[in-house]
Amino acid sequence: MAKLVRKLTKSNEFYLLLVIIAVSIVIQLRSGQFFSANNLVDLANAMVVPGIFAVGAFMVLVAGGIDVSFPALASLSVYATTRVLVDAGYTGGVWLPFLMVIVVGAILGAFNGLFTSRFVVPVLIITLGTASVFSGVMQGVFKSVQIPNLPQGMSDFGRSTLFVATNPESGLTSNMPVAFLILVAVVAVAFVVMRYTTFGRGLYAIGGDESAAARAGFKVRKIKFWLFVIVGIIASLAGLVRTSMMDQMHPTNLLGMELMVIAAVVLGGASITGGTGTLTGTMLGTLLIVIVQNSMILVGIPTFWQGFALGTLILVGTGISAVQLTRSRKRAPALVQG
Amino acid sequence: MVDNVIAVRDIGKAFAGVQALDGITLEIAPGEIHCLAGENGSGKSTLIKVMSGVHAPDTGTIELNGKTFSKLSPIEAISNGVQVIYQDFSVFPNLTVMENLALNAELAAHRTFVSWKRMRAVAEEAIAKINFTIDLDEKVGQLSVAQKQLVAISRALMSDAKLIIMDEPTTALTKREVDALFAIILDLKARGIATLFVSHKLDEVFEISERFTIIRNGKSVITCLPEELDHATFSHHMTGREFDDDHFVPEHVSEEPILETRGLGVDGAFADVDLTLRKGEILGITGLLGSGRTELALSLFGSKPADSGKILINGEVVEVGSVRAAIAHGIGYVPEDRLTEGLFLERSISSNIVISEIDSFVSKFGALDQRKADAEGQRWVDELKIATPNPANPVNTLSGGNQQRIVLAKWLATHPKILILNGPTVGVDIGSKHDIHRILRTLASEGLGVIIISDDIPEVIQNCNRVMAMNAGRIVAEIDPRTTTESELAELMSKDPSTIDGKG
Amino acid sequence: MSALTTLTPLRDRLTRDPHVTRLAVILVLLLTFFMLVKTKNFFGIATWQSMAVQFPEFGLMALGVMLTMIIGGIDLSVVGVANMTAIGSATLMMSIAPTGSDSPQGYLAVVAAIAFSLIVGAIAGAFNGFLIAKVKIPAILVTLGTFELFTGIAVIITGGKPASGLPAQYGEIMAQRVFGIIPMPLIIFILATVVIALIMYKTAFGTKLYMLGSNETAAQFSGLKTDNLIIRTYMTSGIYAAAAGLVMLANYNSAKADYGSTYTLLAVLIVVLGGVNPNGGSGRLSGVILAVVVLQVLSSLLNTFPNISNFYRPLIWGGVLLLVIVVNQWTKKNRLSRLFGVKGNKS
Repeated sequence: MAKLVRKLTKSNEFYLLLVIIAVSIVIQLRSGQFFSANNLVDLANAMVVPGIFAVGAFMVLVAGGIDVSFPALASLSVYATTRVLVDAGYTGGVWLPFLMVIVVGAILGAFNGLFTSRFVVPVLIITLGTASVFSGVMQGVFKSVQIPNLPQGMSDFGRSTLFVATNPESGLTSNMPVAFLILVAVVAVAFVVMRYTTFGRGLYAIGGDESAAARAGFKVRKIKFWLFVIVGIIASLAGLVRTSMMDQMHPTNLLGMELMVIAAVVLGGASITGGTGTLTGTMLGTLLIVIVQNSMILVGIPTFWQGFALGTLILVGTGISAVQLTRSRKRAPALVQG
Repeated sequence: MVDNVIAVRDIGKAFAGVQALDGITLEIAPGEIHCLAGENGSGKSTLIKVMSGVHAPDTGTIELNGKTFSKLSPIEAISNGVQVIYQDFSVFPNLTVMENLALNAELAAHRTFVSWKRMRAVAEEAIAKINFTIDLDEKVGQLSVAQKQLVAISRALMSDAKLIIMDEPTTALTKREVDALFAIILDLKARGIATLFVSHKLDEVFEISERFTIIRNGKSVITCLPEELDHATFSHHMTGREFDDDHFVPEHVSEEPILETRGLGVDGAFADVDLTLRKGEILGITGLLGSGRTELALSLFGSKPADSGKILINGEVVEVGSVRAAIAHGIGYVPEDRLTEGLFLERSISSNIVISEIDSFVSKFGALDQRKADAEGQRWVDELKIATPNPANPVNTLSGGNQQRIVLAKWLATHPKILILNGPTVGVDIGSKHDIHRILRTLASEGLGVIIISDDIPEVIQNCNRVMAMNAGRIVAEIDPRTTTESELAELMSKDPSTIDGKG
Repeated sequence: MSALTTLTPLRDRLTRDPHVTRLAVILVLLLTFFMLVKTKNFFGIATWQSMAVQFPEFGLMALGVMLTMIIGGIDLSVVGVANMTAIGSATLMMSIAPTGSDSPQGYLAVVAAIAFSLIVGAIAGAFNGFLIAKVKIPAILVTLGTFELFTGIAVIITGGKPASGLPAQYGEIMAQRVFGIIPMPLIIFILATVVIALIMYKTAFGTKLYMLGSNETAAQFSGLKTDNLIIRTYMTSGIYAAAAGLVMLANYNSAKADYGSTYTLLAVLIVVLGGVNPNGGSGRLSGVILAVVVLQVLSSLLNTFPNISNFYRPLIWGGVLLLVIVVNQWTKKNRLSRLFGVKGNKS
């Protein structure tokens, strides 16, 4: 028990949870609305897309890179899928769109993987380039425009709800989307992959020490390649969910989300130098950012303070962990460091 | 003839036009304890990397388990029983002890899924083999050097190893730890597992090795039994030179000390260090890795300011709270690892030399007089005989010895009064090593106070007029190198810390 | 010996910086193609003038990013700084010289706004530098965060709407054609290039930046004030971003928090294309300037084809960046410089 407590108080997730609880209580006190059923469902709803993206960003970060291409990748693969299906007059179920975005996402991810696994250039810079290529293909080659009417299957999927929560006081209702299950599934699969597969442990190993990983027998290039294929699929799923839930394809809607998602993962305790971080932290980080974004209206702060708040959150969050790191390095006895 | 565990024949390997290995042949019998010796840069590490599948050789073959390979993959090497314990141990600092131990086995079994239960069992068994107790859930980054090494050894032993290659395994160990290591190795021998020691020091492995192979400049020089070797022949084979055993005798030592410390200490690294350095002297400080020798140097140089005690320069107490303060007091520092701490590899030779005094080439209006700076660079290139056609070339075009001269030149250009050198000839070829020692002796005779910090015992014995031994963060003895033998000094350095009470 | 020493500098320059040579060749080929295929546009002064108005916006940002990348960092906040300072100075101008003010009042407003903008840019940059050097947060995270922060401040000032209604004098000054032909933004860019060239090659600060980027520990051990250098570098980047903001303010005649959103990528791309090592320590100004010009010529050339939409531009930029990465690695592997026969390098 004592060991568990010690472990808990050492973990980043524990403190993040405390911050989330504190923020929630403050919002509750100011607005009285935070712990209402419909607000909680709204938050869960708002978590879905950034949450799925965050899983992908987290996996790349563990391996020691920063991927900024996932919104562009998702936009392109969902746009291509929707365009083809709408033009073909597809009226069937949602399974085909899912299948298609997975395939397209995997191909685009492979494109990322090809570069990141073969070239000794920071992933950030490569994915800046591929992001540009993806959005260029979407806007230039496909001449992307808004697609107002989605295939029936996608619309239905976007509208389908698990349950409806009602606020007894205001009478406002919020729908819990079925898409939330996709987030749950992605997180669950990612959890198993990261913890119980040699591939997942390989990502941690590569993030910790790439040359040691190669010596230990990990196929570093192969792992990196497949990492980006997987991340391409995850990002495309998020894109499809977003599009379905909005009930229209807006090509540039996702672009620019990368900063917020990366911020969420870093707040969750993943180090940008790789090798550390947990999915729990990632989800808590995403939750914190979603709460801050969604609750400003509740406490009466104009929405245009959002960017400022997000920026401050990133700097404070990363600043605290940076200071901790410096301190622990100073404190560590030199004898042990060797 | 016995079947060999491994035999490499006629291996050649070149990097960027430089022949690192040239026709090397090496055979190791089951259970044999073999020592591979050679100077730094002789090709030892390249050979290990060829044997473990990290580098593919250009020519030659590797016979392993009765199969002949023209090149190995790391996985093939491991599955055929070759395990390497690198000097940096190749551990994952961000993972737990358990994973560091067990991941290799999971990989070697080509598993898709890992089982934490199985990994724990595997890890427990692994540490039990060498009677090593440790918290399996601790992150390896938190462990001490010796503990990391034990993790690495346990890891190497757990797969069905037939050959364990150990790269400089005893560098960071105390006497007791070395004895424990040797006991483990003899136990392995009894089980038919061969060990290849890689070392550039004879003392370390002489007592245990059954056969020696010495290489020089990428070529095999000799393979022989220990009886055929003594110190002189060993050094001769390693370096290709006869050793001149002259000791350094200072020409003129000032009365007044130039540098003194009183009770100097850095928490967790060293404590109660009193030393005195006079002009014209070369003071040696020696100790194992982790003895506090590097931290002492860093605190004298202001990079890791002391937590307790005083530093006196010319008899006056001074604050050395930063590197800049140290430089202002006339202290120069040639760091331990010139590649990561001393040099700007892709920048020019001349800018590397002048960087610490660059502000003196700036005019009143803030403009840098590049011509003057280049002239200064050229002057030092000539002075220290740095072999380069053009000081504008980047430093990474030079050999180790010439690179070390650049670090030296950088400090001499600041006209220091005290020069501290940490491992001045690590990774330097024998010719340059000799030259660097000559330069240091000349500098001392010109009135500089020099401190050499090194674990290369012959180096400090020959080039210093006084030597202090550090052990577990304390100065344990001060000796006169003319009357002390290398093994006596080694004894002082590697005595187990628990047997030392306070200051020796 | 003397023949050799006179020969080596030229050959050295060609072989040591094959990258710059390559960019120069690409530019010449591009211009030739432009001249042959779109002769009318090529010889029309308007083509060049519109180019000269456009590229300083992202060119100035790229110069700042270049310095930060030379020290081994990165500045992703330049667009945020540019928009924040542009909005700030627009607001300041409008409060000093509201619509209907006389022209001296207008000129005063312009001068005040320019000074204000550069000072705020310096402060914003120094803030980045402080967080990186003193708090020790990685540069990528700091500048990602401050990008949000600065953009957020810009949104707060204007409530998310564009700030317009600038005094006429500002547009008047920025629309000046020096000697009747050279647009003001180009003059600003040239001036900025000269200043940065002096900083990089004629001061000790410049040399120290390269050393810091090459090896931070060695820089500390050599007695350089590394924290101070880092802060000053990001400060310079902030000032250059603010200058870019002033040019954008003039080109759009308004300021908005989300202007120039593609410029972050473009600035990084230019710097990498220009041959600066993302890990720091090497790279030349001439390469970066060439990269700016190449990209601008390329995009102007594309503009002359009516059937190629503007949307292709990111595709081409991204493609060029990836191509550069591939070519750089390829040449490194094959040791092109060896083929040129630099014998001195082998010691």
